[in-house]
Amino acid sequence: MTDQETKVSAHSDSIRSQDLCRYYRMGEALIRAVDGISLQVDAGEFVALLGTSGSGKSSLLNLIAGLDRPTSGSVVVQGNDLAKLSREELAKYRLHTVGMVFQSFNLIPSMTLLENVELPLRFAEVDRDKRDGLARKALDRVGLSARLRHRPPELSGGEQQRASLARALINQPKVLLADEPTGNLDSHTGTEIMKFIREFNESLGMTVVMVTHERTLAEHYAKRMIFLADGKLVDDQANAANVSAQLMPGGAR
Amino acid sequence: MKLYDVTELAVRNLRESILRNSLTTVGISVGVASLVAMLSLGIGLQQLAARRLQKSGLFDTVIVSSRRDLRNFSREQEENGPAPAESPALDEPARRKIEQLPSVSEAYPDIRFVTELRYADKPHLTMVAGLAFSAKNNDAFDGMEGSFFSSETALEVILQRSFAEELLGKRPTPGKDEVNLTELARPLIGKELTMRYAERTASPLDGTSASENPPGAAYSIVSRQQTLKIVGVCNLDPDSMRGQARARVFLPLKLAETLHVMQPSDLRDTTNIIGGTPTYTTLQVRVQSPKDVQSVEDAIKKMGFNTFSIVDATKSLRQFFAVLDLFLGIFGSLALAVASIGIVNTLVMAILERRREIGIMKAVGASDTDVKGLFFAEAGAMGVFGGILGVALGWAIGRVINLGTNIYLKRQHFPPEQIWFVPWWLVLCAIAFAIVVSLLSGLYPAGRAARLDPVQALRYE
Repeated sequence: MTDQETKVSAHSDSIRSQDLCRYYRMGEALIRAVDGISLQVDAGEFVALLGTSGSGKSSLLNLIAGLDRPTSGSVVVQGNDLAKLSREELAKYRLHTVGMVFQSFNLIPSMTLLENVELPLRFAEVDRDKRDGLARKALDRVGLSARLRHRPPELSGGEQQRASLARALINQPKVLLADEPTGNLDSHTGTEIMKFIREFNESLGMTVVMVTHERTLAEHYAKRMIFLADGKLVDDQANAANVSAQLMPGGAR
Repeated sequence: MKLYDVTELAVRNLRESILRNSLTTVGISVGVASLVAMLSLGIGLQQLAARRLQKSGLFDTVIVSSRRDLRNFSREQEENGPAPAESPALDEPARRKIEQLPSVSEAYPDIRFVTELRYADKPHLTMVAGLAFSAKNNDAFDGMEGSFFSSETALEVILQRSFAEELLGKRPTPGKDEVNLTELARPLIGKELTMRYAERTASPLDGTSASENPPGAAYSIVSRQQTLKIVGVCNLDPDSMRGQARARVFLPLKLAETLHVMQPSDLRDTTNIIGGTPTYTTLQVRVQSPKDVQSVEDAIKKMGFNTFSIVDATKSLRQFFAVLDLFLGIFGSLALAVASIGIVNTLVMAILERRREIGIMKAVGASDTDVKGLFFAEAGAMGVFGGILGVALGWAIGRVINLGTNIYLKRQHFPPEQIWFVPWWLVLCAIAFAIVVSLLSGLYPAGRAARLDPVQALRYE
């Protein structure tokens, strides 16, 4: 991160990518998972990444999450030029700047909910006596105060996803990245999860980028929809139903 | 991650697949146990040998003789030293000078004479020797009956078993078990016997010869007798290599000296001209510790005497044990090497099994260092547990070997021995070694886990 980039990104944009590419080599074939995507997401926006499977939406999300590195191009999140960060710096970035929610919850089955939510605090070297209180508070927020000592396999999908939301929030990140958060849930619990995500977006001012293939879900909750196909950005539209209170987001190119 | 967090997570991970990790830990402990058992056996044997030799009194003794005497120990000394005629006499002043050398505890002459002892009015002719009071701690007197001399000049004697048999009129019958020492001693201890001996007196008996001879070069011999109390019977083998042992009756050395018993060497003094005082054929010099023997020997040689000691024998003995310990250590370590492969295997398996977990940890912000530290801590924890368990196991194995050996020794009518010894440094070194080996084994798996690509790991179901 240079000073200039910090200043540029300081005002309103949270995520900015420029000609972002991620290619995989699979045997002889070169797979262009993300193929030259340039986009800009303002701070506090709720963006849905839509597309069929294999369209590159998850790959794009992994690049923004700092789980993967671009083949070429750049992605800057909250002033961090991810391609330039070292492995250790990238880990710090994942720890403090972004929170992630997955389709398969990705909780550690051998740990209780409290321990799962506490885990990022361990990596952040937060003192032991403070950790417990923070984790309880986060679980309380998603309505799981009664399930602190339960392990993930003992809980329903909705409860597990709520716990993983609590974990994503524990280090107070600016950006929430969700990869098909309702994909493994029935529509009722899915709605419950989406309500939490919307609440975080609105009350905490978190920037949310959500990958989904359900257009109705995107239309119902997101304020902007970006469509991907074959690793390319094909459409970027404001969601009329949800932008009433918001300004039009920074446009796509 | 903080150290206690790493440790806590590592221990909980180890508990997750308790069976596999326990087996790996047992593997390490067997390795450590074999190392500890082997080395403690080596150390124990070394100590046993050292203890025996130390007690034998051979390794802290330097034997000094005058170059004037015909008898010599080393041809080299004879050729390189001063001519016999110019070398100093081994007399009382020389003895005091030797006793004042650093790290010399005492120097005493070898007093022995053949004389007649009367017991129950029957005469018995035998060799009598003076025994230094320091011989009290000698292993030769380990199995003795009765007690050692009560003081340095006590009018007491210790009998050798064959002489005790002779006094009681018993003859050892070949093939039959020897008479029990306790039974042999019972009728003798506390009894008295009378020793007749020839005393060398410094002054000539009549004044006429004194003017003809150089003063002191002549002496008189007076026949005397002395009553002595039997205080002990010992098992010394009269044919053993120890000098005193060839005698069958022992007197306290200081007493023997004050009695001025005529010695065979006294005859020499009549023929040599300078002999104002009696000279000794040999002096036994006791050194405080075997390691000082060499320096004492050198100092005495500088004074112009011939010396002899068995110090070189201890050197080769130490060398032998160093090699033995090395070999035992190598064999012991082999098991630990096998165990270390077990650690690598367990941790590599753990990576495969916990691929997803590693991915999750990385996704929520764990750095490569955190993941590496976690696997390292797991390896280290197995090392700690394995090491502690192994030392305990090795200790137990050593005990069993010791017990077995002692049962065998008992059957063979030998006294029990401590052939196995676990010093503190071995305990600490073995645990430390187990931890180091475990950490080294954890190096590769930990590195592999840290390098895991989180996207790949999370995709893995």
